[in-house]
Amino acid sequence: MKVNLLLVDDEKDFVETLSKRLRKKGIENLYAVYSGEECMDFLNQNKNIDVVILDVKMPGMDGIETLREIKIKYPLIEVIMLTGHGTVESAIEGMKLGAFDYLMKPCELEELLDKIEQAKNKKEEHEQKILEAQMKEKTSHLSWD
Amino acid sequence: MKTTQSTGYHSEHYYKKLTRQVWILIVLVSLIPLLLVNGFIALKFNTSYKEKTLENIKLIFLKHKIYIENFLNEKISNILLISDIYSFEELKSEDTLKKIFDNLKSNYGNVFVDIGVIDNEGNQISYVGPFKLKGINYKKEKWYNEAKNNIFYISDVFLGFRKLPHFIISVKKTANQKTYLIRATIDFFYFNKIVENIKIGHSGVAYIVNEDGKLQTSENPILESQSNIIKDILQKNDSRQGINYFEKKNELQELNIYLISKLENKNWYLIFQQPKKLAFGDLYFTQKIGIISLVLSTIFIVALSYLITRNLVRHIKKIDKEKEIMNEQIIEAGKLASLGELAAGIAHEINNPVAIMVEEAGWLEDILEESIQDRGKIEEFSRSLRQIKTQGKRCKEITHKLLSFARRIDSRVSKIQINEVINEVISLSARRAKFSNIKIKSILSPGLPEIYASPSELQQVFLNLINNSIDAIDEKKGGLITISTKRAKNQIICEITDTGCGIPKANLSRIFDPFFTTKPVGKGTGLGLSICYGIIKKMGGDIKVESEIGKGTTFTIYLPINKQGGENES
Repeated sequence: MKVNLLLVDDEKDFVETLSKRLRKKGIENLYAVYSGEECMDFLNQNKNIDVVILDVKMPGMDGIETLREIKIKYPLIEVIMLTGHGTVESAIEGMKLGAFDYLMKPCELEELLDKIEQAKNKKEEHEQKILEAQMKEKTSHLSWD
Repeated sequence: MKTTQSTGYHSEHYYKKLTRQVWILIVLVSLIPLLLVNGFIALKFNTSYKEKTLENIKLIFLKHKIYIENFLNEKISNILLISDIYSFEELKSEDTLKKIFDNLKSNYGNVFVDIGVIDNEGNQISYVGPFKLKGINYKKEKWYNEAKNNIFYISDVFLGFRKLPHFIISVKKTANQKTYLIRATIDFFYFNKIVENIKIGHSGVAYIVNEDGKLQTSENPILESQSNIIKDILQKNDSRQGINYFEKKNELQELNIYLISKLENKNWYLIFQQPKKLAFGDLYFTQKIGIISLVLSTIFIVALSYLITRNLVRHIKKIDKEKEIMNEQIIEAGKLASLGELAAGIAHEINNPVAIMVEEAGWLEDILEESIQDRGKIEEFSRSLRQIKTQGKRCKEITHKLLSFARRIDSRVSKIQINEVINEVISLSARRAKFSNIKIKSILSPGLPEIYASPSELQQVFLNLINNSIDAIDEKKGGLITISTKRAKNQIICEITDTGCGIPKANLSRIFDPFFTTKPVGKGTGLGLSICYGIIKKMGGDIKVESEIGKGTTFTIYLPINKQGGENES
């Protein structure tokens, strides 16, 4: 799958194993950071990230806060929330803030891959639409000339 | 405070001491004012009543004294008048004297016994009366010698020539350088009667004594033995004061009251005597009643206050015991609550390692597929990895369930399907039920409308009820718990029926009370049903119970179908 993926979770072991498995499943452009702050720094420097997988419960800047920041600065990036346990509230909160979906930890790899693909497709669709809109604007501009 | 038992109850000794202290306090508080008021009133009443009685006696005494004095004065005046009107010559004639005597008799009755005239030699020159006393010489008589020197004179009582007790009134007159006496005898018995008329009550005696203490009125056996007392009184008597009051004991050790006053005509003393206990009889009677009623009321107060105190302390004891039990239960509830939080924390902590475990197993599986060629071994590896994964997932499920229940009760209202809540609870209780040989059967009516309620609160209600049912069923025998839902008008009715031991009738009315429990200490908090009751009532519903000993118990919950959500929803 051709997707630029960023994993954010304070559980290093979990992130590493999950990364290995995802790479094996064909996701080459996979990056991992271990806190909300690092996530924001990384996104600052690497503008090409498509999907972020974000743990809700993290020390320091937590998942919800990070999600809010991401959606303000990079509204096109799709975020999949990972929650430690199924508190409906945090899920609802995340969805309201614009998360693509949420998954409960530990999750099925297939399910996760599925969600990543959907998220990636959604992002591409968005970008496509934006492109089309820009094109339209430009062509309409031209016609006026 | 002393405690003997480790349970913290106060010892018997403590309650005995408390009873004693409260009792004494009540007795003191009620008796002291009673005694003070009674004592004060009794004292005041005594003095004033005594004064009044004495005043009364004195008044009667004085009246009689004046009467006696007047009587004597009058007699003297009579003789004086005679001496003034008639000349010595006229009086010498017995005819005239007889006329005068008859006159006196007709006017005053038998007061005068006789009348006579005595010349300065002491010879009675004329006499009218029942005795033959004419010509008798009185020169040697004591009374004559005293009378000779006084214008008028009253003698002491004496026997005289006639040998009968009597006394004489005489008036001295001088005419033509000659002195003579007109003398009259007063009827002793008549005079006696006047004096004895002073009667106050039935026990008072009045009499007259001369200055030597000799009785001047009729003999009275009571008085004879008292000559010493009378002499004593005479000595102490102060004649300047009208009436003197004494209290003296007679030889029989009886206290008598004495009133004494000097007559103004002569050195005679009018004495009134009466036993004190009779004089103040009414007062002593009242005092007796007062003392008896005081003693009775004291006994009453002591007894009643003991009863009150005993009941009070018994009550306190009971309350102490209840408090003690309640404290234990609260501590127990607190322990359970913190245990719940602890469990939630642990579950959360376990979740992450479980996630890693599952991922690792997955990773191993992934790489095994590529690197190992031996199919059989791969199969074996995969099988055990799957096993790791499966078990990890089971752990995950357990922690998730635990977490969803252990987290703080969320009272936020949302739209829920009651059957879903019940199924969730059943799945959670299933494991416990299985261990106790209990089947849980659900008869859930499909298509029930959604209601507005807090899912976690409702979960708690059903969980509590199902747990109670499981507890009620004997593990060895096993049993059945049936949960049903159905719709009735604007309500959803849920019934939870078990085949357990049932609830005794006496406890039925109390099972929803907080801290009421029949489970041994440490097993139940007594809060479960009261929490259920609170939650259901808050939702505007109702919860009822029916039970039969040995057959089982049915809890029926009525939940309102509220279109707009609960009134208390914000």
